[in-house]
Parts: sequence; structure tokens; C-alpha cells
Amino acid sequence: MVYPYIVWAVAMILLPMLMIVLYAFTVKGNSVLTFQFTFDNFVRFFNDPVFPGVLWRSLKMAVITTVICIAVGYPTAYIMAKLKPNSQAMMVLLITLPMWINMLVRTYAWRGILSHLTISGEMKVYIGMLYNFLPFMILQIYTSLSKIDPSLIVAAHDLGADNRQTFLKVILPLSLSGVVSGITLVFLPAVSSFFIPKLLGGGQYVLIGNLIEDYFISTGDWNFGSAISLIMAIIILISMYITRRLDRQIGEEDD
Amino acid sequence: MEQKTRAYEKIWLVLIMAFFYLPIIYVVFFSFNSSKSLSTFTGFSLQWYEKMFANRTIMESIWYTVSCAVIATVVSTIVGTITAIGLSKSRKTLREAVNQINNLPMLNPDIVTAIGFMLLFTSLRIKTGFTTMVLAHIAFCIPYVILSIMPKLRTLDPNLAEAALDLGCTPFQALWKVIIPQIMPGIISGALIAFSMSFDDFVISLFTTGPGINNISIYVYANVKRVNPTINALSAIIVYVITIVLIIVNVVPMIRERRKKKDEQLQNS
Repeated sequence: MVYPYIVWAVAMILLPMLMIVLYAFTVKGNSVLTFQFTFDNFVRFFNDPVFPGVLWRSLKMAVITTVICIAVGYPTAYIMAKLKPNSQAMMVLLITLPMWINMLVRTYAWRGILSHLTISGEMKVYIGMLYNFLPFMILQIYTSLSKIDPSLIVAAHDLGADNRQTFLKVILPLSLSGVVSGITLVFLPAVSSFFIPKLLGGGQYVLIGNLIEDYFISTGDWNFGSAISLIMAIIILISMYITRRLDRQIGEEDD
Repeated sequence: MEQKTRAYEKIWLVLIMAFFYLPIIYVVFFSFNSSKSLSTFTGFSLQWYEKMFANRTIMESIWYTVSCAVIATVVSTIVGTITAIGLSKSRKTLREAVNQINNLPMLNPDIVTAIGFMLLFTSLRIKTGFTTMVLAHIAFCIPYVILSIMPKLRTLDPNLAEAALDLGCTPFQALWKVIIPQIMPGIISGALIAFSMSFDDFVISLFTTGPGINNISIYVYANVKRVNPTINALSAIIVYVITIVLIIVNVVPMIRERRKKKDEQLQNS
């Protein structure tokens, strides 16, 4: 019963990924039969006057978006967790509701409002990113906060800890796993996002995702486009690895 | 963690909610605007709704979105269910290998999965269009279906299937009458995830579709450069449909619960 799907998965999931690698290490004009392995695309990317800057900007943007999401999302989740159970369920529903509406439509919706404001394209992109990714962060942190055993907090108070100490020594460490999973849910799509800058940034604001889109859809240089997405995928893999290690370290401290 | 919330904390929550709902309300409001402007409201009108329903490309994009989501949901749910049941009985190494492959589209950014499909289809000389878009949707939906069914299968008592076989069921009957009903909640939630993933998808559709075949997201993306208030009407309609569906989904169980409680009270008295 499994073998048909294995054939399908190899053809539709594994093969496409191998194709990206194959294209990234070849140049245009190479046919599949006589292709030559080359680093040309990668050399071209890093020697370009613009592209490394775009990569750096995307990373910076994703990091800042993630930090803002934590800064805004943590207090929100914390207040939510203090509400009565019924109001908590209501808040979760209210936050999930807009997420059902198409991301593109929601981003488009911001254009009208932002046209009233005289802020830079960069600011507009940040608002769009925060809007799209903040719900993920709030819900992840909220889930980890609501799992905390209330008797731990009572115990901390009984043992003489004030509110600040209870928060720093009990609640914060126990909710960090939610922050870590929130980071992966925000950082990954933020790095590769390309329609938020395109819709809100006014076209001048280019991120790495826009480069990939351009090379595949407008320019048609798939080899170079594949190389860019491979570079992005590797950076994402490294950051995932770092976050996972962080998560494990936190887990060990808890024990 | 239940505690008293202070006034400024409540204000903070209200502000966050305002942030989440402001653009949605804004778009719905301006879908009734009588002029083309997206910033000044000049009067009430339904002209953008009329224009939207008269626009063939928009109507086609709605049709493509819905039909693609329905096909992708049905196929991925059936294939995902069969595969999940098969995986639960196969060797651990095989199961791990399939899980690893399935993780790829779930962990990769959409754009990487999308260009992978595009390279695959064009290298195989398959003309991109509705079929390739549906194939790609099926491919990225199946892993989610499997993921939502697997936990149900893990908690399933293996004796049940054996008992059914001992009592004279054919293997197919045992599957259909014993196993499937037990894992039904997982199948349903998998189908719902598949539908919403496919319905909302933009990135993968953009790279796997062909000329003339747009879904709603691609239409919005391609038409935002010009001022085009029909998109407001289209967005507003999506908001209406989703709000109605979510109200039904959330309110119906509540009413049912209340009725159940009432019945119990009646029986007790």
C-alpha cells in the first residue's frame, strides 16, 4: 500500500529538489546529457555589486521581523494566558480568524491604509511582515504559557518570590520553547517572502525571494535562479540548526 | 495562570486586535466606495461587486481556485489515508525514510518547493497549466494529510483489525468498517488542512500554472499595480465567505452542546 506513494514522492518531492541542485551547478546551454559541473553561478552571485547586499538585507529584515514579533507577541500571549478560560478561547479564535483569509489578500488590504501614511517603503514592508507573521508567534508562545502548571507559580510565591522573580525564574524559562518554535515559523517565511515587498515596498524594495522570482519568471535564467535559491536554502538550514540547538540547550537546562 | 488583568493590558489586547482587523475592515469598507479611490470614501455603491461578477477573468480564477482545491483535497486525502495505513504496518526504516521525504515540502520555503516543481515539469516537457498546478497541489498536500492521520493510527488497537478478520471480515471489510471509522477524525482534519492549504496557495501556483490559468491569489498579484477596486470587492467576498464558514463551524458545535445539556436536564428532571 505504501509503494505507489513512494514512487510518487520520489518523483514529485525528491526529484524536484535534485533538479534545483543540478541546475545550480550547471550553466545555461548545458544539456542534461553533457552537463558540466561548475561553480560559475555562485561566483557570479557573490561577485555581483548588488546581490550580496540583497541577501544581507533579507537576512536583516527577517531577523528584525522576528525580534519585533517576539517583542510584541510575548506580552500579548502573556496577557492572554492571564484571562479567564472562556476569554482565552475567544482570543485564540479572534487571532486565528484573519489567518484563514488568503495572505495575499490580507497584504493587499494594507495598501490602502498605508497610502495615507508618509513612511518609507521599508517601513511598509515591516508592517506587512509583522501583520502576516505575528499571529504565529503569539499562538506558539500562548500555547507554551498555557501549558505551565499553575501550582508552580503558586509554589514560587509561597517560597517568597515576588512577581518579577516568578516571571524571570519560572514563567520565562518554561515558555522559551514556544518562543523557539515561533522563531522558526516567523524567520523561515520572512527570509523567503517576495510578495510582501512587491506589494507594499513599491517595487524598489527587493529581497532575495524577489530575485529568485525574477530569474525564473522574467529573465528565464533558471540556473542562476536555482543557485540563488540553493544559497537561501543553505542559510535557512544553518539557522534552523542553530535554533534547534538552542531549543535543546533550553530543554537541558529545564531538566 | 488565571490572574486579574490590568486596564492597560486590556487596552494592549484591543490595540493588537485592531491591528489584525483594521485592514480587513478597511478593504470591506472601500469595496462599497462609489469612486475608484482607495483612500477617500465618496459614497456608497455596489458597482465594484457588479464589475467583479461581470469580469470573466475573476470568475474563472474563482472557479480554478475552488476546483483545484476540491480535486487536490479529494486525491490527497485518499492517497494520504492509504499511505498512512500502509506506513503504520511497514518497517520502521521505510516509515522514517518516507517521513524524511515528506518533511521536505513542509520545511522548505514555498518558493524553493515551487521552483522545484517548475524545473521538473519543464524538464519533462510537460506543458504547464491547470493539470500541473493540481499535481503540485496534490504533492504538497499529501504530507499534511499523512501527518494528521499518523497519530490516530498509532493509538489504534491492533487487535481490532485482527478481531474483525477472525470474525470473518475480508481484509477490505476490516479496513473499511473497522480501521477507517476509527481514524476518521484524523482524515477529516487532514482533508480540511489540505483544502485550506490549496485554497490559499499563491507561491506554488504562480510557478506551476500556465498562461491564462490564474487562481485568486495570482489574479490579485498580477493586478495590484493598477488601481483596481474590483479586487476590493473580491477580497471582501472572500472575507464574507470565510466569516460565514467559521461562524458556522464554531457556533454549530456550541448550539449542539447546549441542546445536549438541555436534553440531559430534561431527562434528569
